[in-house]
Amino acid sequence: MIGLIAFYLFATVTIASAIAVIFARNPVHSVLWLILAFFNAAGLMLIAGAEFIALLLIIVYVGAVAVLFLFVVMMLDVDFAALRSGFTRNLPFGLLIALVLLAEIIIAVSAWRAGPALSGAGPREAAQPNIEALGQALYTRFLYPFEIAGLILLVAMIGAIVLTHRSRSDRRPQSASRQIGRRPEDAVELANPPVGEGMKL
Amino acid sequence: MTAWYQSWGLSYEWSWLFATVTGILLIAFPLMLAVAMIIYADRKIWAAIALRRGPNVVGPFGLLQSFADGLKVFLKETIVPTGANKGLFLIAPIITFTVALIVWAVIPFDYGVVLADINVGLLYVLAASSLGVYGIIAAGWASNSKYPFFSALRAAAQMVSYEVSIGFVLISVVLYANTFNLTGIVLQQQGHIFGLFNGFGFNPLLFPMAVVFLISSMAETFRTPFDLTEAESELVAGFQTEYSSMSFALFWLGEYGNVILMCALNALLFWGGWLPPLNVDLIPWFDIPGILWLFAKMMFFFFVFSWVRATVPRYRYDQLMRLGWKIFLPMSIFFVIIVSGWLMLTRYGVAA
Repeated sequence: MIGLIAFYLFATVTIASAIAVIFARNPVHSVLWLILAFFNAAGLMLIAGAEFIALLLIIVYVGAVAVLFLFVVMMLDVDFAALRSGFTRNLPFGLLIALVLLAEIIIAVSAWRAGPALSGAGPREAAQPNIEALGQALYTRFLYPFEIAGLILLVAMIGAIVLTHRSRSDRRPQSASRQIGRRPEDAVELANPPVGEGMKL
Repeated sequence: MTAWYQSWGLSYEWSWLFATVTGILLIAFPLMLAVAMIIYADRKIWAAIALRRGPNVVGPFGLLQSFADGLKVFLKETIVPTGANKGLFLIAPIITFTVALIVWAVIPFDYGVVLADINVGLLYVLAASSLGVYGIIAAGWASNSKYPFFSALRAAAQMVSYEVSIGFVLISVVLYANTFNLTGIVLQQQGHIFGLFNGFGFNPLLFPMAVVFLISSMAETFRTPFDLTEAESELVAGFQTEYSSMSFALFWLGEYGNVILMCALNALLFWGGWLPPLNVDLIPWFDIPGILWLFAKMMFFFFVFSWVRATVPRYRYDQLMRLGWKIFLPMSIFFVIIVSGWLMLTRYGVAA
């Protein structure tokens, strides 16, 4: 009963906010609706018994990726008229992608008909927590794909740094250790110049 | 508690609902009271360090000062700027406040005294605390004013950067405890060092992580050395500039709720939670209730927070980023590697 209410709540809000993402006029509102959609999708995963994936979705996508998304969108100076004028031009391409996605969903649903997700039965009671099961699968059966994925991500990370890094010669960076290591003895000198001679620096 | 309601003749669903609501209220109301008292304590500690008296007029020793402030704020007019994005402007403080409250669902106050004993408790804490930034960003953007917007950008960058190192610190704790469940983490700390000391913080491999976590938790809650988001010399009052009345109060409640939460997390993750510091039964005929130990530890950490707030000057923004990305992040990654290597050696042998 409670699970059913929660499912319909999450599902309705996910779809509604996904639609709102497309139809919101303000891009910042779009991102915020997207975040709501992520959030409710996590709720759906929680109901399906995938609590680790659900929380990971919130931590990674809602907590980090979407924040940066919002960050960029908020700072952009968006011309709304120009944005909307592209609608008819991009419509065929958008429809194509929508059709592909629809086909994928239909195939996926028919492939999963036999599985537990859509057979009407609730998920099986897991013998071990999600995280342990996932860890065991990742580090035994899928060890090589997992390691390769990690390597690719590392390369991507280094690549991003290399691409965006530029060494500038016109700046004088601060050296924190020198700043901290500075003592009054090195910085201040007490001088007592005789009258009429002044200071020599 | 569900069983107790069921014994009154209610069906399972209704008694579950009532039990949950009762549990939530049992946590939320004392938390609101605690926020009021902790604001008072904060001001008193700060005043004592600055050789002032602090609030001392309303009630005995000024104890009711926070309630007077609350009443004043409550009676003021809510002002929504005409240029503001109304919906977001009003939702933002609600988000901040709600997110500060929901984390408490998984905090165990004693063995078994927890609203939701879920097996991914620590991840839930991380997820909920990463949501906190949305209230601030939304507030800053919806205000349609320059300084709140700057503040929101700073808040977003700061929270994202410190969450990274907090994540790695938590991973090293989880590696030691072998569980994400907060109750499990506290129980693993029983007699952690020679069977004598309760707490991961006494472990030389985890003590640096405890320090990193303490500092990061100050940055995460925007407490003073890291309060760049509301640096009054630069940004008026930060993201709260355009807020008044109850919406302003909600920001305050949320902020201090988060501070108390971080104190609780420090106590739970590193210093034994509700367990006494020594795993020795010094008073055989009497056990000090665990919840009192937890509260004592939280109060100690809050004192540290206030102490730092009163004595340490504000960081510059680039210093803040340097501390987060160039010092804490490499350090916590290094300790994750060290801790996992040590555990591999001691728990599973070298080449397992």
